[in-house]
Amino acid sequence: MREFGYRRVSDVATAVAVLDAEPHARFLGGGTNLVDLMKTGVERPALLIDVRELPLDRIESTEDGGLRIGATVTNSDLAAHPEVRRRYPALTQAVLAGASGQLRNMATVGGNLLQRTRCGYFADVTKPCNKRVPGSGCPAVEGEHHNHAILGASGHCVAVHPSDMGVALTAFDAAVSYESADGPGELPLAQFYLPVDDTPHLETALPPGALITGVTLPAAPVAARSRYRKVRERASYAFAIGSIAAALDVRDGVVRDARLAFGAVASRPWRARAAEEVLVGAPADATTFAAAADAELAAAKPLPRNGYKVTLMHNLVVSELTALAEGVAR
Amino acid sequence: MAPPTSSAITLNINGEKFTLTVDHRTTLLDALRERLDLTGTKKGCDQGQCGACTVLLDGRRAVSCLQLAVAAEGREITTIEGVAEGERLHPVQQAFLDLDGFQCGYCTPGQICSAVAVIQEHAAGWPSAVTDDVRPEAGPPPLTDDEIRERMSGNLCRCGAYVSIVQAVARAAASEEQPKGAAA
Repeated sequence: MREFGYRRVSDVATAVAVLDAEPHARFLGGGTNLVDLMKTGVERPALLIDVRELPLDRIESTEDGGLRIGATVTNSDLAAHPEVRRRYPALTQAVLAGASGQLRNMATVGGNLLQRTRCGYFADVTKPCNKRVPGSGCPAVEGEHHNHAILGASGHCVAVHPSDMGVALTAFDAAVSYESADGPGELPLAQFYLPVDDTPHLETALPPGALITGVTLPAAPVAARSRYRKVRERASYAFAIGSIAAALDVRDGVVRDARLAFGAVASRPWRARAAEEVLVGAPADATTFAAAADAELAAAKPLPRNGYKVTLMHNLVVSELTALAEGVAR
Repeated sequence: MAPPTSSAITLNINGEKFTLTVDHRTTLLDALRERLDLTGTKKGCDQGQCGACTVLLDGRRAVSCLQLAVAAEGREITTIEGVAEGERLHPVQQAFLDLDGFQCGYCTPGQICSAVAVIQEHAAGWPSAVTDDVRPEAGPPPLTDDEIRERMSGNLCRCGAYVSIVQAVARAAASEEQPKGAAA
C-alpha cells in the first residue's frame, strides 16, 4: 500500500476544501471497499479525508412524504429504519441482501453509491482494464465474464455495478445531493451513473471534488408494496448474479403503477422503463409480466458465457411481479 | 508539502486507553495483534470476507482488517479479550464451550464477537435478509436457525462447525443474561 496522509473532518465545507487542495485525496467513509482496493494497489490516494463523523447521519421525512437519507448513514441503520421498512420495504431488503452484518455496520450510503465493480480484471493490477487504466483493454470481453453485463455495456467494458441498495434507490427515483467547491447540487440517480461508451473509467456525473451529502427518496405510495430479490451463487454473503427491485400497484386487476430495476446486469443499477411501460394499464397477469420482461430484455446483448442472465432476469420479473400481484410480503 | 503518513493516536480498547504512533496504513487488526499484543483477534483473509477479525466498534460488530487504526481513534473498541465479565464468561462464550461451537478455534473469536452483536441486533428488532416481512408492523422475527445462519453468514468456519455454532448462538440468545456487548 502506498503511504498516505489522514485528515478527519467534522464539517462538509472543510471536507470539500481539503479535497479541492489535494486532487489525489479520497473521501473515507466506512472504508469497506476503498481500504480493500488500497491494499491491492488499485487505489493509491495521497490523502484520506475521513468523512465518517460529518453530521450527515440522519434519516428524515421530507414535506412531500419522502425520505432524506444522510450520506454517512450506515447500511445497517438504513435497513433498520422504521420508515424505510414501512414506505420502501424493497430498499431494506436490498440493503440486507448485501455483504455481511459486519460490513453493513461500517459501510455508508454515500460510499455504497461510489463503490467499484468487483470484476476480477479490475481488481488485479497485473491485468489490463480500461476502467483502471484507460486504453489498456478489456480481457473480460473474451475471458471470465459469466457474471458480467448483458445491458448497456460496450466493447470497452462489460463490468457490472455491485450495489444492491442502488437498485432499490433507482426503482424509487432517488436523487443524490452533493456539495462541491462550486456549491451544492443534486443529480437524479437516473443521471448519476454515466454510460459506459469508450470511457468506462468515468463512472459518475458528480463534479470533480464533489462530496455526496445525501440521497432523497420522493414519496412513492407504490413502493409500500415492493420486493427485492437477489440471486447469487450461494445462499448469503455474495454479490448478485442478477437481482430485481419491483413495486406494483394493482386495482381491479389492472396495473396502475409499477417500478422495476435490475442489479448485476449493467454498469449501473438498471431502471427497466420499457418493462414499466408495458405494465401500466395492462392486466396484472402472467402474460403481461412476461411481455414486460421481454420488452426490457430485447436490448440485451449477452456475452458468450453469460446468456443465462437473460433467462434469469426474465424469470425474476415474472416471479416477483406475480408475488406482488398476489400480495405476498416478500 | 506532503502530509505526514503517521500519527500518534489513543485507542480505547476494552475500557483501557492505549497510546501509540501508527503508520496510517496500519489496520486496526494489525495494531491489535502486532502492536498491542491483543492476539485474540485473528487474521484470516485480510480482505473483509471471512469475519475472523470481527470486533465491536461502539458496540457494533465490524471487521478490523478493513478498519484503519487511525480512523478508530475515539471509538469504543471491544475485542474477544473484553467480552467476558472478569472471570465470568459471556453467555455466548459459555455456549460455544458447552456445545462445541468450534473445531480448530481460529475463527472462534470472530464468531463469538459477531454472535454477541447478532443477539443485540435481533433484540433491537433488526430484520435480516431471510425475514419474511420487514415492515415494522410485522414485529421482530423469531430467531430461527435460518435467521441465525443468515445473520452469522459473515463469519466463515473452514472446519465446518456451523451446526454447533448455530446451536450455541441460539442457546446464548435464549438465556436472559447479556452482561455486556453490542448496543444496537
